[in-house]
Amino acid sequence: METKPRLLTILDGVTIILLAVATALVFFFTPIEAVMGNVQKVFYFHVANAWVGMLGFMASAIAGIAYLRTGKRSWDIVGMASVEISVVFLLIAIVTGSIWARPVWNTWWTWDPRLTTAAIMELIYAAYLLLRQGIEDPDRRARFGAVYAILGFISVPLTFLSIRIFRTIHPVVIGNADPSAQGSFDMSPAMLRTFMFSLLVFSFIFADLLWHRIRLGHLADKVEQLKLKVTQ
Amino acid sequence: MFFLQQGPAQTTNYMIAGYTVIFGVILFYVLSLFLRNRNLKRDLETLQELDNKTNV
Repeated sequence: METKPRLLTILDGVTIILLAVATALVFFFTPIEAVMGNVQKVFYFHVANAWVGMLGFMASAIAGIAYLRTGKRSWDIVGMASVEISVVFLLIAIVTGSIWARPVWNTWWTWDPRLTTAAIMELIYAAYLLLRQGIEDPDRRARFGAVYAILGFISVPLTFLSIRIFRTIHPVVIGNADPSAQGSFDMSPAMLRTFMFSLLVFSFIFADLLWHRIRLGHLADKVEQLKLKVTQ
Repeated sequence: MFFLQQGPAQTTNYMIAGYTVIFGVILFYVLSLFLRNRNLKRDLETLQELDNKTNV
């Protein structure tokens, strides 16, 4: 196993500092929303987590296309890494959304178009992780993963646009919300700055984790190949 | 839900729960990456030893 690149160590440090700054901004810089109170502060990281989820699924679809074109195993590792990270972050987005919804909508969960499409998207990619494990041949597994990631990506724009094309109670952050949306609020400049900064910080977190997960994937690949060699 | 209320709603507990989930799950995932990395390195060392023995 190669030693950890210096750039990755720097990225680790920068990411931790940025996350600390973003957290401080959320708790000490942004005002308390006049109606919802403190629970509105969940919004900054809730959206950022969902952003990482969708970013990773997009990355896996791109990696899938690259794998099918080139046949390079490293693209399969990138795709797998992206999906795993995004499943984790989308899960956080769904759970934090549910926590926000309890005092605002007076329910933990409702089959609203956004919540439903997000849950379906999460299940599609959780199934990707499970189904991959059932295929032993690495090349077949990689081909399956690539095709699945490309097809699964259909759920991403559908989820993103669901609050814009369907009648929904979910607030729209950028653009006009449906008149039936509950929990919408006007962002003050401090809120907007913190929100945009949180998106940037979580993009750094994604890049950092992706790099670590890709390295782990290469290591697992090496172990798998050596295992085959030793057992033959 | 907030009809006729005066001032912001008391929702601090929900905020704490939300951020506990966010940091808890991220920490758990980072820990899982660390542990998987450590275990794979051990496996690799063991397999390399076995491979060297079979080559001798």
